[in-house]
Amino acid sequence: MTTPATDLIRQSAGTLADAIAAGEVSSVEVTQAHLDRIDAVDGKVHAFLHIDTEGALAAARAVDAKRAAGEHLGPLAGVPLGLKDVLTQKGIPTTAGSRILEGWRPPYDSTVVERLRANDIVILGKTNMDEFAMGSSTEHSGYGPTHNPWDLDRIPGGSGGGSAAALAAFEAPLTIGSDTGGSIRQPASVTGTVGVKPTYGGVSRYGLIALASSLDQAGPCARNVMDTALLHAAIAGHDPRDSTSIAQPVPDVVAAAKRADVRGMRIGLVKELSGEGYQPGVSQRFTEAVQVLTDLGAEVVEVSCPSFEYALGAYYLILPSEASSNLARFDGMRYGLRVGDDGERSVEQVMSLTREAGFGAEVKRRIMLGTYALSSGYYDAYYGSAQKVRTLIMRDYARAFESVDVLVSPTCPTTAFKIGEMVDDPLAMYLNDIATIPINLAGICAMSLPVGLAPEDGLPVGFQIMAPAMADDRLYNVGGALESALVDRWGHLLIEEAPAL
Amino acid sequence: MSGNDIIPFEEALAIYRPVLGLETHVELGTNSKMFCSCATAFGGEANTQVCPVCLGLPGSMPVVNEMAVESAIRMGLALNCSIAEWCRFARKNYFYPDMPKDYQVSQYDEPLCSNGWLDVTVETDDGPQVFRVEIERVHMEEDTGKLTHAGGDTGRIHGADYSLVDYNRAGIPLIEIVTKPIVGTGALAPLVAKAYVAELRDLMRALGVSDVRMEEGSLRCDVNCSLHKPGEPWGTRSETKNVNSLRSVERSVRSEIERQAAVLESGGRVVQETRHFHEDTGRTTSGRSKEQAEDYRYFPEPDLVPVAPSREWVEELRGTLPEAPAAKRARLQSEWGISAVELQTVVNAGALELVVETVADGVDPAAARKWWTGELLRTANDRGLELESLGVTPAHIAAVERLIAAGTINDKLARQVFEGIVNGEGEPEAIIAARGLAVVSDDSALLSAIDEALAAQPDVAEKIRAGKVQAAGAIVGAVMKATRGQADAAKVRALLLEHLGVSE
Repeated sequence: MTTPATDLIRQSAGTLADAIAAGEVSSVEVTQAHLDRIDAVDGKVHAFLHIDTEGALAAARAVDAKRAAGEHLGPLAGVPLGLKDVLTQKGIPTTAGSRILEGWRPPYDSTVVERLRANDIVILGKTNMDEFAMGSSTEHSGYGPTHNPWDLDRIPGGSGGGSAAALAAFEAPLTIGSDTGGSIRQPASVTGTVGVKPTYGGVSRYGLIALASSLDQAGPCARNVMDTALLHAAIAGHDPRDSTSIAQPVPDVVAAAKRADVRGMRIGLVKELSGEGYQPGVSQRFTEAVQVLTDLGAEVVEVSCPSFEYALGAYYLILPSEASSNLARFDGMRYGLRVGDDGERSVEQVMSLTREAGFGAEVKRRIMLGTYALSSGYYDAYYGSAQKVRTLIMRDYARAFESVDVLVSPTCPTTAFKIGEMVDDPLAMYLNDIATIPINLAGICAMSLPVGLAPEDGLPVGFQIMAPAMADDRLYNVGGALESALVDRWGHLLIEEAPAL
Repeated sequence: MSGNDIIPFEEALAIYRPVLGLETHVELGTNSKMFCSCATAFGGEANTQVCPVCLGLPGSMPVVNEMAVESAIRMGLALNCSIAEWCRFARKNYFYPDMPKDYQVSQYDEPLCSNGWLDVTVETDDGPQVFRVEIERVHMEEDTGKLTHAGGDTGRIHGADYSLVDYNRAGIPLIEIVTKPIVGTGALAPLVAKAYVAELRDLMRALGVSDVRMEEGSLRCDVNCSLHKPGEPWGTRSETKNVNSLRSVERSVRSEIERQAAVLESGGRVVQETRHFHEDTGRTTSGRSKEQAEDYRYFPEPDLVPVAPSREWVEELRGTLPEAPAAKRARLQSEWGISAVELQTVVNAGALELVVETVADGVDPAAARKWWTGELLRTANDRGLELESLGVTPAHIAAVERLIAAGTINDKLARQVFEGIVNGEGEPEAIIAARGLAVVSDDSALLSAIDEALAAQPDVAEKIRAGKVQAAGAIVGAVMKATRGQADAAKVRALLLEHLGVSE
């Protein structure tokens, strides 16, 4: 491949891997092109918190050496990737976007990182995120916001705004995100990229710094459906170190993305995830995409999930409850920030001062909410009731999937909002995730992919596809078909329309 | 009133009835920790048996140790408990630097085992009396790290200059065994508490789920105690934490009864609090007040899947239960033809298993008991050792007994053989050779010693010749002395009488 470096960064991951495998370009060249791009644009975007230049180039050289030695290379070998800062990587600063972990270098690799390494994927660095994945805009990062490459005054979504912006800014063709209530899908939606929240238990959580253990799930992000599928296949699968990981074969997501055929499929429109509160341009592009699927031979029906009305409330009890416990360990005793240890103050005072200084406002808000919800005398009314809602939502989905193969909705009610617009209105911010949260509560899987720009603001609109547990392949089948039809119509992926930086 | 006032035990019990509750934590004897594969060995260099999981590093996740679950189920079955078909771990949230995650993974409202009982026997003036202690629950949890407070004179975190944390212990599997309130024990309360813990210890050793080294803190007991007058509602309880020897369990109950009675008699009220027991004074002192119930914000541990032991597995484990200690004692009492009190002597000496093994090695039960609860127990006590640590094995006893039966040595010489074993001088035969302990069985040597003794005591010799056979003891004694005990006294006597032509 005699492609200039500026074109290397615009290639898909699959294309790059094929070119590396064929010897048309080296992994070092591909990696260096992306490092150069980061150098050029990340001052504006701020997608990355840490760039591991040496580590990335060393990994790239190792891939090139393997190829030279005639060793077998995986389908993404040599391709660079941005890793959300919520996953541990041995020796590499890992902060989860929080000042309280500033300078911490984990002594171990997360399972996701182990699998990326095993697949010869080159890790460029750590991407920005809302602190401990709490937020929908990346404005709650302890290290400053990430900017949306479509409009630098706008948010790139959150919590995985860094991972989504890195894709949209062509800083990396692949990124890893984590999704607790939409943190992969909402950023994908507002940046015109693709993101999948796999089935809960589909990807190991070992080494994923926990926000809410029963909701968190790491997943793949890319600029097209096939790249997302290839990355999904690389990181998924049972892990004995995560008791909640599912001991079953990973659905063949790559084959499904290739198949991309919705003829005869039944697709359900979730009545409760439309209408009031949805931006007109979002509704318009969504409806058009549904028509595309109909035209491709799918049967579209409306289904009702009446308990979704309570999803947001239940989520904002379960998440803070678990988070209040998960974040207790950040007490300044063993690693990370320690404040006030002057030899006079007590352990309690040092813990308190450290947490006061190290956690941001949103994190404190949720710790307080969760502590309250779990308190004796309130547990049944709050945490207990929320778990019942969770069961009802699972039943809604189960009932729906009796009659349809997948469900669809807009990923978010709106396109990207302006930085600062909602930061002082947590409730409005929480509403961003109204369509993505039920999936996490039910532990099932969903994808967001771009279906056009909203006419009123010219910003990307995301389309959400939802499937039952361990039917992740259906996401890729439907997503692949829809993407292919849209590319046929537009002549290119939507991301190609992103402005130059 | 001062907090140190007491009312003597008998007086206190004349007025009040005690109610006890015991929470016993036992470290299981698994090779690896509760939720990771780190070693559990005691005494390692600080913070060398740790990993991301037991250090609670960000991102790490627990995985349940199947052996720990198995041990807990076997313990539950031995305590006659029901085993849950489905139960979850829960997080107990509180901040403390010995806890890497600032929550402890434990069980809350869904214990693995519940509703059992254990019969314990205490000796009374009217003979042995059996109490049934009802078991509320047996559940699994992880241990915390160990704090060492340096500087200051309190030995506690408050007032220390600095504190060191060793996380080797963090994540070691524990089971907690909680009794229902123990009532109706009256003045026997301290003994029942002690007997209960002793019985638990024996049970766990018999099951092989823990070696229960109390001196290493592998069994720790929290003793709840309250007093009330007959016919009145139960009183407020105190909780004496981390009582870790059998004797201390007994003493702490006794001390709390005396203290609480004094508080109540002076018109005061017992404060709900934790207390600390002091081995040196035998008294408890006030710890943390529990008037404001601590809110641990328990909720199901979302990083673990529920434990759902199949009924087949539970039954399989039931089949592996050894004979219950109480049943075993009844059987041994009958097999050895001894009284309950005699058996209790063996149990109290901590010698039951040793005697059983010694008998299995072919030694007469009476002889086995005699050695372990006599000479060897004395030696162990003198040297401040446990019987097991003396270096004397059941096989040694069997060998010595064979040598006695063969006439090579006698009882007195055998004691010297055991002394040699304890001193590390080798096997019995080698000690006999090295110390020259063999019985003098050469008739001519014995006869010349007899002649010397007779010559030295002509008056005694005359009496024996005159038929006063009972006087022979003095001559036998002199011969034994002359041979430094290395003769068979019965044989000396027979030779003497034959020599003098006297019959019995």
